[in-house]
Amino acid sequence: MTSVTSAEVLFRLQGHSVSHGRHRVLHDINLSIYAGEKVALIGPSGAGKSTLLDCLYPQQAAYTALCPQQGGLVDILSVYQNIYMGGLERHHALYNLWNLLRPRPADKAQVSELTRLLGIDDKLWHSVDKLSGGQRQRVAIGRALFRQQPIFFGDEPVSALDPTQAEAVLKMLIDRHQTLIVTLHNRRLALTHFNRVIALRDGFIHYDGAAADLSEQQLDALYAQ
Amino acid sequence: MPNNRHWEINSTGKKLALLSLLFLLSALICIPFADLKIYPSEPWRELGRIAWGFVTPWWDDPWLLVQALGQTIAFALLAVVLAVPVGMLLAMLWHWRVVRMLAASVRAVHEIFWGLLFMQLWGLSATTGLLAILIPYSGVFAKVFAEIFTRQSPLPQATLAPASDRFSRYAYTLIPQAFAELSHYVRYRFECALRSSAILGFIGLPTLGFHLETAFKQGQYSEAAALLWVFFILIATIRFWLQPKLLPVYVIAAIWLLPETPPVSGGMLWQFISEDIWPRSLQDGDLSAALSWYARVFTSEAWPALLQTLMLTQLALVLTGAIALMVYPLGSRALAGRYRLPGRGLLLVLRSTPEMMFAFVLLLLFGPSGLPAVVALALHNGGLIGFLAAGHSEKQIQRLDDPSGMNRYLYQQTPRLYPGFLAFLFYRWEVILRESAIMGILGIATLGFFIDSAFEELRYDKAFFLILVTALLNILVDSVSRRLRRVSGAEDAGGLG
Repeated sequence: MTSVTSAEVLFRLQGHSVSHGRHRVLHDINLSIYAGEKVALIGPSGAGKSTLLDCLYPQQAAYTALCPQQGGLVDILSVYQNIYMGGLERHHALYNLWNLLRPRPADKAQVSELTRLLGIDDKLWHSVDKLSGGQRQRVAIGRALFRQQPIFFGDEPVSALDPTQAEAVLKMLIDRHQTLIVTLHNRRLALTHFNRVIALRDGFIHYDGAAADLSEQQLDALYAQ
Repeated sequence: MPNNRHWEINSTGKKLALLSLLFLLSALICIPFADLKIYPSEPWRELGRIAWGFVTPWWDDPWLLVQALGQTIAFALLAVVLAVPVGMLLAMLWHWRVVRMLAASVRAVHEIFWGLLFMQLWGLSATTGLLAILIPYSGVFAKVFAEIFTRQSPLPQATLAPASDRFSRYAYTLIPQAFAELSHYVRYRFECALRSSAILGFIGLPTLGFHLETAFKQGQYSEAAALLWVFFILIATIRFWLQPKLLPVYVIAAIWLLPETPPVSGGMLWQFISEDIWPRSLQDGDLSAALSWYARVFTSEAWPALLQTLMLTQLALVLTGAIALMVYPLGSRALAGRYRLPGRGLLLVLRSTPEMMFAFVLLLLFGPSGLPAVVALALHNGGLIGFLAAGHSEKQIQRLDDPSGMNRYLYQQTPRLYPGFLAFLFYRWEVILRESAIMGILGIATLGFFIDSAFEELRYDKAFFLILVTALLNILVDSVSRRLRRVSGAEDAGGLG
């Protein structure tokens, strides 16, 4: 099922089901995800992709940078502060409080380097409620990158970016994380940048295997009404 | 009442109407037992003089007025400035039961009682006034801030490192997320603190209430009116003069304005806490004598005063609701149209005047019974809820084919805001209870009367016990009100809070 069988198992679900009230969201999910794997979660809306991410996240919370669908930005704070807060645990509370008033040059340099790579360095001191959807999404990614963790979880992390930007940002995420689990609507991005694809439909695993082995036919069946 | 036509079991309207009726009934039952005697007097001549004074405000010594005004603001401002960080800290630790209990117990005791307590140590000083407001307000801030935090999106916190410390997490996510709501609430509370500061004058601190009481007692109604007008203007213009940028200037001015605090040695403080507030028998280690002492005070003073306080509270609560429903349309654009300005003025006067001041005037007129207290409480709280309801009523979305006049009031506006109105009324229940207890210091037989007398006789042990009883009663009513709000489904004050 996987390419690196000798690697450490990071995530495992066995016969896992989730219900919201009477509605079953995930049915009997069995999967293991190994260190080093780059997993794309695909499937139509409502297939259970976000729920699956929620189930896996607690298994490695301390080592996972999370980028949820709505971004989780704090509207009145600047781009700088929204990214800086990805690294709160690296300093004590007083240092962090001081940073809210007067950021230290070293932190500023680090964060502005990230914003330069993401193409939002001109907005560093704007509050994020003044930004467009695409800019906000890049701030959320900036925070996840600033977490500096080996694992990345993204729920549609590049959905608001244009194709070129989306590709560049996704590449950067893949370069900077050992293991990734990302839900994507864009099939092409899923097939070209990830080595494993898990396709969900109606709460069942429809396909789980190498991206290269996924045929056009299987994809069409996945999204068929 | 909403939804009168659908009188089936599953009707929210029916549930709320039943609950309202139940409260009305509880108040009616209280009437024969509560002390509502009207003393024979001829209030009309005096009332005429007061009314004349009200429209001819005059003050001889403007400097004294400025000073009293300055000190009223100074106490309120410094107390709030200090209470906000304390409350914030407690709100961050809200998951600890001991913090929740601490906050509940400090806010169950009214500012005036805290003031009376600290006065025994620090006299009529800055420390007494500051602590009297600061302590209960910290408890209130803690509770309300914690409630505001639970309403925020958990998502920003979810993206942070699980290992990051609690204070940094609050500083970067929940506090900035809730910033607008928090600062709005602090502003509202500052207005309340101005009222608290003013009425602390009734126990002798040099704020507006002190001069007001003096002026009223001497029959100087023009002077009293001048103080009241200044106070109304102060409250009506808060948003113009309370600029965040000017805050440091105000704080420095406030510190400079406050009266001096006499030095109190640690020994005195310790003696007060460890000896003065406990009965002699308990200090001697005689537990059974102490218990019988407590039982005696409870049956002879606490219990009758407690019943009287509760009955006046029920009456005041129901009357508050009735007044709020009557006056809110006067201030609403949707109902009073362009004639709403006088209504707005009336609502402002009702909500800005501390109930103690209403009660004080009414007592002069009708004698020392519960009636002035009930009317005073209902006027102030009715005005306050009416003001909030009027704002809420204006925010309702209008349609071209909406009914107008009485029909709009009965079928549209009132039913729509009734759940929020009821929730807020229950919310005020606890406040009204605390306030009817302090009405006692004006001579009405509620808990405050016995507490005040005990302090006057230097019976600190008795005063402390009675304050404890009052606090427990308050915590009890608070928990009943919370349960009622949940049961009635009127949990959310729907913008009225």
